[in-house]
Amino acid sequence: MSDPNQSEAHKARSRRNVALGGALALFVILVFLVTVVRLAQNVAG
Amino acid sequence: MPQAPVDAPVAKTKPPALPQDYFQLLKPRVMSLVIFTALTGLVAAPGEIHWFLAAVAVFCVAVGAGAAGALNMAIEGETDALMRRTRGRPVAAGRVAKGDAFAFGVILAAFAVMLMGMAVNWLAAGLLAFTVVYYAWFYTVLLKRSTPQNIVIGGAAGALPPVIGWAAADGSLALNAWLMFAIIFVWTPPHSWALALYTSDDYAKAGIPMMPVAKGPKSTRLQIFLYSLVLAPLAVVPVFTGLGGWLYGVIAVCGGLAFVGLAWRVYRSRAGEKPGEREEGLYDVKAEAKTARDLFAFSILYLFALFAALLVEHGIPGAA
Repeated sequence: MSDPNQSEAHKARSRRNVALGGALALFVILVFLVTVVRLAQNVAG
Repeated sequence: MPQAPVDAPVAKTKPPALPQDYFQLLKPRVMSLVIFTALTGLVAAPGEIHWFLAAVAVFCVAVGAGAAGALNMAIEGETDALMRRTRGRPVAAGRVAKGDAFAFGVILAAFAVMLMGMAVNWLAAGLLAFTVVYYAWFYTVLLKRSTPQNIVIGGAAGALPPVIGWAAADGSLALNAWLMFAIIFVWTPPHSWALALYTSDDYAKAGIPMMPVAKGPKSTRLQIFLYSLVLAPLAVVPVFTGLGGWLYGVIAVCGGLAFVGLAWRVYRSRAGEKPGEREEGLYDVKAEAKTARDLFAFSILYLFALFAALLVEHGIPGAA
């Protein structure tokens, strides 16, 4: 029989990986938006 | 091959940390006050900033504050485990490994500072980096265990967020930014010592020389009162420098008088004289410590009201 704690650890690792992936995607979007806003400001200025 | 008996004990693996444990590492309650004061500094500054970059600046301050909290908990894990107020924290309770908390703090701090620099300006980013290092290293590692003035000097870290907000919006550091810094800086000792008066047995157990432990409750009560005499008039000064309007002025005068009155009650009381004045909750105390508990609770409301007034006056056209 498998250790329930090990399967729980596996699930937790999966959740953490999904969270890290999501955070990375958000970071990319954030940098893109900052770049667009700053470029727009520089063009307008 | 020999078989292990079916009922043989299975080696237990440690339960994994949950997302809420990592969220707790960020000290969300402290973070909310930091966000609020940084936002006030940003809105009160005369400079123009795009709303999206302003939101990014506040986000960076929040993440930076969270990073400082995570680093503090990583460094203080063993000490936190000795105190009732802090023993449930993720590192102290063993739910997050010390190294994980430390790495989490370093990564968040680097992220917040770099993003602030790239998106807003490097003055604000430099101040943010300084604040994180000041709190996590200078206060937590060097000051906290070495002097009863720890909270006085360390209070600068908590006072810097409105200055960072101001720098983010304006790209400079004007007198009014430092005035907001000064108000929080002078507010911190009476606020922290009021709490320390009824949690001093915890601090003594952990070997932290907080003022009531090092100098005794009588000296602490006197210093709380003296600080309140400096704080109340200082909080009115923004009315004369153009930072605060009539709403701010009314709150500063009335709140300041109430603050001094409550500090006087603490001075005249015997708060901190008996060990074990605190019950289970943060605000549940025995009769002797009620004056200190009242001042602690009011001090939070007072600072919140002062900065809320500034936020309203500068954020809503025509409110000043």
